[in-house]
Amino acid sequence: MAASSDRNPPPFPTAEESEPGLCDMADADSDEGEDIFVSNSNPVSVSRGVSQPDRVSEEPSDLFSEEAASSTAAKANGVHSDDDNDLFADTNVELSTDKSSSSARKEPSGPRHASTFTPSPAAMQPTSLEQLEEEEAKDSFDVDVAVTNPEKIGDGMNAYVAYKVSTRTSLPMFRSKVFSVRRRFSDFLGLYEKLSVKQSLHGCIIPLPPEKSVVGMTKVKVGMDDPSSVEFVERRRAALERYLQRVVSHPSLLQDPDVREFLEREDLPRAVNTQALSGAGFLKMINKASDAVNKMTIKMNESDTWFEDKFQEVENEEQQLRKLHVVVDSLVIHRKELCGNTAVFAKSLAMLGNSEDNTALSRALSQLAEVEDKMEQLHQEQAASDFFIFAELLGDYIRLLGAVRGCFDQRMRAWQRWQEAQSTLQKKREAEAKLLWANKPDKLQQAKEEITEWEARVTQYERDFDRIGMTVRKEVLRFESFCLLLTLIVFQLIKFWEAFLPEAKAIA
Amino acid sequence: SSKTLRSVSVDLNHDASLLIDIPDALCERDKVKFTVHTKTTLSSFQKPDFSVPRQHEDFIWLHDTLVETEDYAGLIIPPAPPKPDFDSPRDKMHKLGEGEATMTKEEYTKMKQELEAEYLAVFKKTVQVHEIFLQRLSSHPVLSKDRNFQIFLEYDQDLSVRRKNAKEMFGGFFKNMVKSADEVLISGVKEVDDFFEQEKTFLLDYYSKIKDSTAKAEKMTRAHKNIADDYIHISATLNSLAADDMTANKKNLEKLSDLFEKFRKVEGRVASDQDLKLTELLRYYMRDIQAAKDLLYRRARALADYENSNKALDKARLKSKDIPQAEEHQRQCLQKFDKLSESGKKELTSFKGRRVVAFRKNFIEMAELEIKHAKNSVALLQGCIELLKSN
Repeated sequence: MAASSDRNPPPFPTAEESEPGLCDMADADSDEGEDIFVSNSNPVSVSRGVSQPDRVSEEPSDLFSEEAASSTAAKANGVHSDDDNDLFADTNVELSTDKSSSSARKEPSGPRHASTFTPSPAAMQPTSLEQLEEEEAKDSFDVDVAVTNPEKIGDGMNAYVAYKVSTRTSLPMFRSKVFSVRRRFSDFLGLYEKLSVKQSLHGCIIPLPPEKSVVGMTKVKVGMDDPSSVEFVERRRAALERYLQRVVSHPSLLQDPDVREFLEREDLPRAVNTQALSGAGFLKMINKASDAVNKMTIKMNESDTWFEDKFQEVENEEQQLRKLHVVVDSLVIHRKELCGNTAVFAKSLAMLGNSEDNTALSRALSQLAEVEDKMEQLHQEQAASDFFIFAELLGDYIRLLGAVRGCFDQRMRAWQRWQEAQSTLQKKREAEAKLLWANKPDKLQQAKEEITEWEARVTQYERDFDRIGMTVRKEVLRFESFCLLLTLIVFQLIKFWEAFLPEAKAIA
Repeated sequence: SSKTLRSVSVDLNHDASLLIDIPDALCERDKVKFTVHTKTTLSSFQKPDFSVPRQHEDFIWLHDTLVETEDYAGLIIPPAPPKPDFDSPRDKMHKLGEGEATMTKEEYTKMKQELEAEYLAVFKKTVQVHEIFLQRLSSHPVLSKDRNFQIFLEYDQDLSVRRKNAKEMFGGFFKNMVKSADEVLISGVKEVDDFFEQEKTFLLDYYSKIKDSTAKAEKMTRAHKNIADDYIHISATLNSLAADDMTANKKNLEKLSDLFEKFRKVEGRVASDQDLKLTELLRYYMRDIQAAKDLLYRRARALADYENSNKALDKARLKSKDIPQAEEHQRQCLQKFDKLSESGKKELTSFKGRRVVAFRKNFIEMAELEIKHAKNSVALLQGCIELLKSN
């Protein structure tokens, strides 16, 4: 069962090596690539890694040599993501999944299966990280979605806001290249519900939709046209757009028929039971699941410290970001206050200038009032609204981090299932041995069948486990890119200020 | 020292014959003890150079006795310094203490520093405003010769006994009267003099506007301060994120954190400069205009008295009774009214000039400071962007 021949992944676009490589090492140093192929006859540790060409990876020889595979216990791998300009393309990651852990567990079965992916029912599941990266980069050009034109439909408490969801795509699976539909907020939540049910198929992290807000919506329903309701609708529209963009940029989600239906179908059946699906509800679910995992009696022997470290990092980051979010929110509020106060003060000062009977002073006061007013306008247009976007993105990021945590938990559960299946398999084998000894051929047949069945299950679960592990790594990667994105946005903000200040100088 | 802060009034304390300043002050729990230092060449004082400790209540006593003095009815009595108010920084310090567990040590230290600076600013402002009060008195030709003023400066015992007696004598009668009736009376009395007619209209209108502007300026300054505080928290959180971050993002986060830290210093300075040059200015002149209004009130009162005395004289003549007293009374009222009008005119004219000069000086200084801060901010941002690009 060591033959990798029945498990060849679909040929890679960049595959140049003659031997069916388990991993495309296009960017790797050539000697490292050779190591893997040289020792291909034996089950090999699958290194799904692409090392950074200009960076010497930490333990290159260990990762790629076959000997090391069976003896390495754990390797800590840093996830390097640099080059902040290009978020997706050049981010290369060095990984290894710890296959040796299985041999450490003294599996009585024979040669190990090299774990690879078989193409899943959803077509086009990329099999190497590099290919995943490429897919991601490509995806952003293949499908474009926008959420626009919020329109209030109906009146009173049954009113709702319909948004126009427009898609522009070059992918053949869609009926046309450019199309749009009308959707309401509960439709977005319904999409999320459908996707989250299929979580195990897609991998852990389904992007979270924006949260429900009774207060905000009631104001809109009741027909208050005040700026805060307008703002609320605008915030929601922007959040929905970001949500959809994240969904379509997720390669396996894009394949999902529900997603396609959401984008294409004229009339979507109303989604019901969306109460539990606000972001806050989801996080509650995650936290409950976390608690359940913590109470697990079989503690996962995490021999791959990458996961342990990452989990800790994610938790810490989430905590810090929540704090940051709170403060940035506060900053947004204070900036708004400052704008308001400055405007009010400018008016008051202008009135004072009018009263002033000394003409020179009167002119000076009026000018000062004008300056203050201009400054307030500049503030309003740029700094406050930009920070506001930053705060929104922070909020999104925090929700996503929560989902990442959930993903880690899923992985643990997958591991548990796998372990249980293995132990059941073990029992079945022991039973078979007893039967052999007791010489009961009919029961033996049944026992053999059961063993086959359980072997398959073990394989399946192990694959699931690996797949989830891969997904976790990949998603974590995306988040680190996302964090860079946040940083970039702040730089943008800074650039705006840079533009604003010389103007202020000129006024003064 | 408080001298560098003196900005809301000009042309004070130049007359070498009587120089007053408050070189230092102590804060003991709720009470502030000012050291009032006098240097004089006048023979009316016992020593040429001396200092006495005074409390805020002593200043109020002095102000009130001046207000109650008939002879000074035609003068603008400099506004009493407001009570030192440490409530705001004290409350904030309390809240900070309660929230200490939720912030990093660094954050807490910075917040504490900010609060201490705020506390110090309140302290400096109160010293300044008490000092200016005394200097207004010392530079006034009539008020500087006041006996109580001299006692205030010289008396090396505790003034509190004297203060209690004064309270019993006057009971704040005149002050209360002014508070309740001034607007009505001033508007109601028929004005005979164009100058005062104009002044009345102007001062009433200006007062309400400047009061409004002062309140709005305060709010604006507070918003600036809030933003500066927010920057502290953002900077600290970014620092924590950077500490945990193992990717290349770490340096960026650190730089951002640093940037915000620098921003908050700039923002803090903008807030405090604005506070001193703009808000304090408006606040002071708001009180000064109230003092001018008080003068108008007293004159209006005198006019009303004069008109009443005329009526009384007519009645006496009708009844042919007590005519000489009525005539004398009328003569006195007229004399008082004329005296008030004459000195009032002088006072109000010089007040106008003083106000314009002070506003001009402060606005120029404020504009210069704002430009300086804006330039700093630009430099900071540019520097940061360079650093980040080079990463």
